[in-house]
Amino acid sequence: MPEILITLLTIGVVVGAIPGVCNYLILLERKLSAWMQDRIGPNRVGPMGLFQPLADGIKLLLKEEVIPPHVDKVLYVMAPALSVFTALMAFAVVPFGPVNDATVPSFIRFIIAPNIDIGIIFVFAIGSLGVYGIVLGGWASNNKYSALGALRASAQVVSYEIPLGMSVLGLALMSGTLNLEKIMAGQTEGGLMAWNIWFQPLAALMFFTASLAEANRLPFDLAECEQELVGGWHTEYSALKWALFFLGEYTHMITISFLTSILFLGGWHLPFIAEATSAYPGLWLVKLLILCGKAFSFICLMIMLRWTIPRFRFDQLMELAWKVMIPLSLANLVMVMFCMHFEFSRWWLFFGSLGLFAAWGMISSNLRAAEMAERPGYVKPKKKAAVVDHGHGHGHAHGAHH
Amino acid sequence: MSETKTKPKKTVVWVEEPVLGFWESTFVPAIIQGLKTTLKHVTDRKTVTQQYPEQKPDLPLHYRGVHRLNRDEKDRVKCVACMMCATACPANCITIEAQAAPADWPDRDKFPKSFELDELRCIYCGMCEEACPVDAIELTHIYDLTGETRDALMFNKDKLLSVYDQTKDNPRDPVRTKRGILGPSSEFASLPTLGPATVVPDSDRSAKNPTAGVIHGNQESQS
Repeated sequence: MPEILITLLTIGVVVGAIPGVCNYLILLERKLSAWMQDRIGPNRVGPMGLFQPLADGIKLLLKEEVIPPHVDKVLYVMAPALSVFTALMAFAVVPFGPVNDATVPSFIRFIIAPNIDIGIIFVFAIGSLGVYGIVLGGWASNNKYSALGALRASAQVVSYEIPLGMSVLGLALMSGTLNLEKIMAGQTEGGLMAWNIWFQPLAALMFFTASLAEANRLPFDLAECEQELVGGWHTEYSALKWALFFLGEYTHMITISFLTSILFLGGWHLPFIAEATSAYPGLWLVKLLILCGKAFSFICLMIMLRWTIPRFRFDQLMELAWKVMIPLSLANLVMVMFCMHFEFSRWWLFFGSLGLFAAWGMISSNLRAAEMAERPGYVKPKKKAAVVDHGHGHGHAHGAHH
Repeated sequence: MSETKTKPKKTVVWVEEPVLGFWESTFVPAIIQGLKTTLKHVTDRKTVTQQYPEQKPDLPLHYRGVHRLNRDEKDRVKCVACMMCATACPANCITIEAQAAPADWPDRDKFPKSFELDELRCIYCGMCEEACPVDAIELTHIYDLTGETRDALMFNKDKLLSVYDQTKDNPRDPVRTKRGILGPSSEFASLPTLGPATVVPDSDRSAKNPTAGVIHGNQESQS
């Protein structure tokens, strides 16, 4: 089968599957949030509400598309398209199954554009273009809430782009490549102990956090913030254009989940079930399921986080990016460089990451205490240790009495 | 001037925010704790949702719904057209036209020729029920009242009597009267006290009162 046909087939499958998957992710989100709040969730359309996405889709298709008279029509129409376009585009270099696997039938390929050597950079470059959709939408809406939301989104994405990129740089240094397929292959060949999360746990945490911010997911969804900004940048959008924005957001979520599992959790590798050496019929299908399962569990985690953590205040959001994540990711990068240059064992990076994490915790708790000490009328708390570790402090005092 | 000499009471209390320790500053324990809570709710599969049209809610016994006009033992309307309910009504939704009672009705002077009650204007406060000296008008448990026009919700005497026929055998809508002291055709010997309108556990004192308002809830759902 010629290369071009395979590519077209893959594009067709991906572009066809992603909206459907996104629809069902929305159902999953509604169901999970309902269960978390002791409700039932959508259950009227089909068994257990399984056809609810279809009903939603039909509703959004048939709804009246309101274009308010005060908007800039060209940008207004362009924004949601741009949002989806960039989100789908970023997915082009993400391998969503076992790539370069001889057992896979030749007409199936689990990546749209294989062997892109700048894979990660491409994802970040295109993914952060997605904020143009938001900014344009907010600006074109000619509405102060939309504009505020768009401004917040742009500030947020600009800030989180840095830790997002820097947390992966260390990984790129270690793997010696930016190609996602090669990074994945490096981990799958080395087995469980070669998963990048062992050497870069802090980077994994920061990558996940920063990509939540990139995708405008809670707790970083300051841009749409219903309580303050009505709907933020999509206040003026209705029907299918509104749906396109959400298609973009959920596609972003899928991309992030795949990226996290590929970069840090060994791709399709799972000990004993799918090793580089294992061989049994249908193995490629198992590998596909494992990778998708890892991505799915990340999506579930994102949904759980959304309904667990309250939204950040905007200054806290900026503080987290500029005062915590950027210095930490820089330090992490320097640590990797140091380790690579002097050819130390990679396991030092694990302890180094833990050390950095501890240093961050200590610095920020001390900074906060110092800031509080500057306040007028500050009374020094009597027992500092009691707050930090209540059980321990109590037990200690108890022991001293006897 | 002695008042000014006393030391002013300290009204402003300065509360320091608690010092954040190491783990609090990293956010991680708080996030894990939160995830634990949400995960617990996901996995325990308990729901508080009532699937409404299939599963009707258990209303308190003195829930105030659609009105009815009670009949007496001879199936006549019990109302004596005294206008007390219309006067008490804060929403002005009751219109009564009185007529002299027939000669073979020795227990009353008047009866309502027409009794119009606008269910759309009514605020379901129950004042009419309280005002009625002969316990003729009562509020039932019917809450899912709908109509296609405004006129369909103007209840006349026949309609209100049909509500009585519809609800009199329902144990939740007992005819709360016994022939006795209160009025010429009232059937109360004494008025029962109303308990709280909430579900109470069986151990509660008010659960032992044989009153209309108490709902006997099961123990585990409440405590």
